[in-house]
Amino acid sequence: MMESSVDFSKAERLEKARARVFGVVKGVFLALWALIVLFPFYWMVLTSVKSYSAYSSEYIPKFFTLTPTLQNYADAFTEVPLARYLANTLIFAVVTTALMLVVITLAAFAFARLQFRGKNLVFVFFLSLMMIPNELVIITNFVTITNLNLRNSYAGLILPSVTSVFYIYLLKENFEQIPDSLYYAAKVDGTSDFKYLWKVMLPISKPTLTTVTILKVIECWNSYVWPRLITDDQNYYLVSNGIQEIRENGFGRENIPAMMAAVVVISVPLIVLFLIFRKQIMAGVSRGGLKA
Amino acid sequence: MNMAKGRFDNLKGWLYLLPAILFLGAFLVYPLIDVFIYSFEEGYNFTSQTYYGVGLYNYSYVLHDPYFLQAVKNTFILVIITVPLSTGLALLISVALHSITRFRNLLQTIYFLPYVTNTLAVGLVFMILFKKTAYSDGMINLLINFFGGSSIDFIDGPYWAKMLVLCIYTIWVVMPFKILILTGALASVNEDYYKAARVDGTSKFRIFRKITLPMISPMIFYLVITGFIGAFKAYSDVVALFGTDLNAAEMNTIVGYVYDMLYGDSGGYPSYASAAAIILFVIILTITCINLLVSGRRAQR
Repeated sequence: MMESSVDFSKAERLEKARARVFGVVKGVFLALWALIVLFPFYWMVLTSVKSYSAYSSEYIPKFFTLTPTLQNYADAFTEVPLARYLANTLIFAVVTTALMLVVITLAAFAFARLQFRGKNLVFVFFLSLMMIPNELVIITNFVTITNLNLRNSYAGLILPSVTSVFYIYLLKENFEQIPDSLYYAAKVDGTSDFKYLWKVMLPISKPTLTTVTILKVIECWNSYVWPRLITDDQNYYLVSNGIQEIRENGFGRENIPAMMAAVVVISVPLIVLFLIFRKQIMAGVSRGGLKA
Repeated sequence: MNMAKGRFDNLKGWLYLLPAILFLGAFLVYPLIDVFIYSFEEGYNFTSQTYYGVGLYNYSYVLHDPYFLQAVKNTFILVIITVPLSTGLALLISVALHSITRFRNLLQTIYFLPYVTNTLAVGLVFMILFKKTAYSDGMINLLINFFGGSSIDFIDGPYWAKMLVLCIYTIWVVMPFKILILTGALASVNEDYYKAARVDGTSKFRIFRKITLPMISPMIFYLVITGFIGAFKAYSDVVALFGTDLNAAEMNTIVGYVYDMLYGDSGGYPSYASAAAIILFVIILTITCINLLVSGRRAQR
């Protein structure tokens, strides 16, 4: 009797110790992955504030610097057209997103609210378009835009990406949750469909619209392949193409601190956007995912 | 009157859809048909837009092109290494993350960061971390030296070193999405199952294997399938590490081959590009079907 109770407490202690060890291992593991994620960001900021001569003379790279400089940032804006790349990307992102919002809102409204022949058929057809991968259609789009003489123009950059079937679908689902009674009440008052969409549906759907907007802006900010195909004039480069150009021809290939300054400037806007809209972005991505 | 109104309503519905239909038609449906046509037009000339025959020559050319075969090999290696590793690692991290309460939000935010960064820009940072230059062996080599290894040039060096960096960077980039999906899946498992199991005195590992894993397995399969598709389409992260001349670096991917055929110094061959793109999608479709079949059979058992 006595002996078995001793055994029991011993087993309990053993169990506790094991749980503690397990907890520590888990913590170290999680911290390690956080370190792996954050380290490149730290390294990029660190390198961007090292002076060129300091960086070049470090055979063994230092993990900190006591003499930070902002000279590289000045170089990034004066020696290569970084401001131009940023402005282009901003214009591209804003115009593409704005046009897309108009197109998807109208389409989602038609699917969610209006009655017309062939609606269900078209909707299924739209859904099936979601499966078409970009890589398959980009070839003809390249030829189309080239033939329209729209290479090296904003129109050429923007036009192919102003619709997204997935966002139409997302918004339609959202519109459908708005109770029908609101619509009929508005009808009785003589409100037109368009006014109802503008005054009632859009304000109610603001959270979804915000999510869609942010996701699209991120997508635009990071787009690389299409702009690369369609622009070879630096005046129309977006940041991704700009950074590739800087890597291959800018600063002289060895000026890595200046390159890192450009990388920081390009990365910061998205990180700030993410920190502000963290919840919406993560919820939106888990519903659809844009890089998947 | 009623008929007229009905017709007007019909028209109105289509009117609202018109912009979407126009854009989708011009940039999605028409190109989809066109890409098949291109792939069968032999000897297509980009400037004069003429061709002299119809047949399978483009496919045969692509399949015999050593650059394409290299690209296929690279893509398959990348897929086979990164998909299982990243999914497994994401599962471990998500389970660990799910079991803690302190710092969970902070860690979740940190883990998601790579998702919102520019692939090209951060790829440049990875290149610098791994690169060995005349004046410095680079950060990673410093680490290798510390553990007693000798320096390797990961960016311009041996094939396997380059592939290793590419796999590491790819995993780093795809992890946020997987962790996000899996933590979501874990959070949605009903707590009652765990409580019941704990009352029965079931061990933690057994609970994980018998309850958690089956409950989240649909999401794991979803991640495996999207992971396969994403990895088969790898391109911009490769450019970020090795530059735009991927054939010279022996690091080209299938998508890279398509774009090289289309554009740049090696470009001007939309027919070859189309054939290669269609081959890629036959591969992806096959792998996806196999995945679905396997997961279907598993679910039945």
